[in-house]
Amino acid sequence: MQSPAPASDRTICDFAPQDGEPHIEVRDLTMAFGDVVLMRDLNFTINRGDIFIVMGGSGSGKSTLLNHFLGLIPPARGQVVFDGQSLWDASLEERDRMLRRAGVLYQSGALWSSMTLEENVALPLGEFTGLSERQIRELVALKLALVGLTGFEDYFPSQISGGMRKRAGLARAIALDPEILFFDEPSAGLDPISAKRLDDLILDLRANLGATFVVVTHELDSIFAIGNNSVFLDIESKTQIALGDPKRLRDECPDPRVRSFLTRGRESAEAPS
Amino acid sequence: MATTTDAQLEISRPAPDTVLVRLAGPWVLRRDLPDIVEAVEHGVPLDRVRRIVVDAARVERWDSMLVAEVRRLRTMCVGHELEVDLESLPDGARHLIDLSTAGVRQQQRRSRGRHGFLTAVGVEVLRAVRSVGDMVGFLGETVEALIAALRGRARFRWGDLLQVVQEHGPAALPIVGLVNFLVGMIVAFIGAIQLERFAAEIYVANLVGIGVVREMGPMMTAIILSGRTSAAFAAQLGTMQVNEEISAFRTMGIPPMQFLVLPRVIALVAMVPLLTLYANLIGIFGGAIVALVKLHLSLTLFYEQLVGAVGIGDWIGGLVKAMVFGAIVVLSGCLRGMQASRSASAVGYAATSAVVTSIVFVIVTDAIFTIIYIALGV
Repeated sequence: MQSPAPASDRTICDFAPQDGEPHIEVRDLTMAFGDVVLMRDLNFTINRGDIFIVMGGSGSGKSTLLNHFLGLIPPARGQVVFDGQSLWDASLEERDRMLRRAGVLYQSGALWSSMTLEENVALPLGEFTGLSERQIRELVALKLALVGLTGFEDYFPSQISGGMRKRAGLARAIALDPEILFFDEPSAGLDPISAKRLDDLILDLRANLGATFVVVTHELDSIFAIGNNSVFLDIESKTQIALGDPKRLRDECPDPRVRSFLTRGRESAEAPS
Repeated sequence: MATTTDAQLEISRPAPDTVLVRLAGPWVLRRDLPDIVEAVEHGVPLDRVRRIVVDAARVERWDSMLVAEVRRLRTMCVGHELEVDLESLPDGARHLIDLSTAGVRQQQRRSRGRHGFLTAVGVEVLRAVRSVGDMVGFLGETVEALIAALRGRARFRWGDLLQVVQEHGPAALPIVGLVNFLVGMIVAFIGAIQLERFAAEIYVANLVGIGVVREMGPMMTAIILSGRTSAAFAAQLGTMQVNEEISAFRTMGIPPMQFLVLPRVIALVAMVPLLTLYANLIGIFGGAIVALVKLHLSLTLFYEQLVGAVGIGDWIGGLVKAMVFGAIVVLSGCLRGMQASRSASAVGYAATSAVVTSIVFVIVTDAIFTIIYIALGV
């Protein structure tokens, strides 16, 4: 048996903060489709209250990693640990319960198209809380107001713009006051102003909801604007090669692949031999 | 008194112009939370009150339920022109309340349109009329594309045509065969029971022959294909519409009518009569089996009676009908697919609507054909 090298050997820039309280831990994770290994030996910790960026080029498995976090696809090997409890070793009911503490904003909002915005946000509240109708109405009004969609309660997703759909998706994601919020490419397909507004909203919510945010993105502006911790997935070496604050990685990481990505190729795109 | 684990609410009026709302305990997502607004409105007289102070110093835990409740209190205060003091709320909660009220574009909540019964009937009638217009228009466009193709100027790939022929011709043989075999048997059974009373069992061959060849064969085949082919075409083209693939064809100067619709039309108009011919034979075979088993008519006798009863005109009449049905099936599918909007539910809607359109048009057309054939004496 060949034991894999510890991740720290291959992680060229490890600027991961040492003082946080771990919220999500990824241990020896291997992502694969059948025999094709996408990423191996992923080891990193997301601390409580982080805005943690998962970055990497297209095809580096960012979305697959998100699916492992969300309980949608089991990883080929390794563990995802929420608050000390392994997601993939838990029973189905336990996993459901763990995942209910997480909210997700999908790439295009993933609002249920046959329901109005109000019904979209109200559905998880009605299913899981046992609140009265009046309380649910108040909460829905609050969540929609937080994302700036007051007055759009009775609109269907097809009647509003892409940026509004994303914000409505965010309102639905925070409906149950999640401890962890996952974002899949939050600014993809948005104009710069809307993308900036969404970033600001994420920062505002982070400051006040006290949740942990995990953001999958390759939008550099967003990465630097909101991220305080990150993992960089490299396609060539099929593993993580950098951890920590993206701004610090940009300024201090010597690895050309990381620098090239974070400076949009302005600095040396040569891969090391 | 409530136990200490429950959320608590206390209203008092320390000064004539001030109401103090004291909150304590956990204010989290729970059904049994006290209703702050109601307590304030009904708990104390609000005359001469100018200010409402919220004291949240003893709140142990909170989440957005507290925020939602306090926000509602604030809205109420604004309505009554009361000052509201939220200083003692936890910082996060106060910021969320500010965030939820700041920069809100005042958008009137839109009421849902409700229509009366008559309006609904009118809308449906107009839609049905428009549906006929759409179909005729689409037929025109198809003919236009066909003319371009005949002049050899259409953008069109023979490979596509063959693929459609394969998928919607031979691949449909098992289901068409099964259904028509059973229909033939059913027709024979019904006939057998009636004809036995007159000792005219032999005429079951006439009944099955005429019934299947002129009516049931073409119609059942067309209805099966409405479900199978029409829905498939609507889903294919609808998906392409959602992905903007149709727009991509247009902008590249490739007319989708020629490239996508024409091969499907040609394939189906050619395949449906063949499928119908096969359906007729299988249906007659089903009838013959019933005649043999239930009425003890030999297959030879059945065959001879059948040949005498069903003339070449019946066969051709049925197949001409089948060709028209083929056009209806393919046009409904393509029309609804091309009309699909860009939303996720559009594809499902297009498929459903294609099947309904196709079946309705097939049956209406069949009725018209029957009248024409009788008038012509076919």
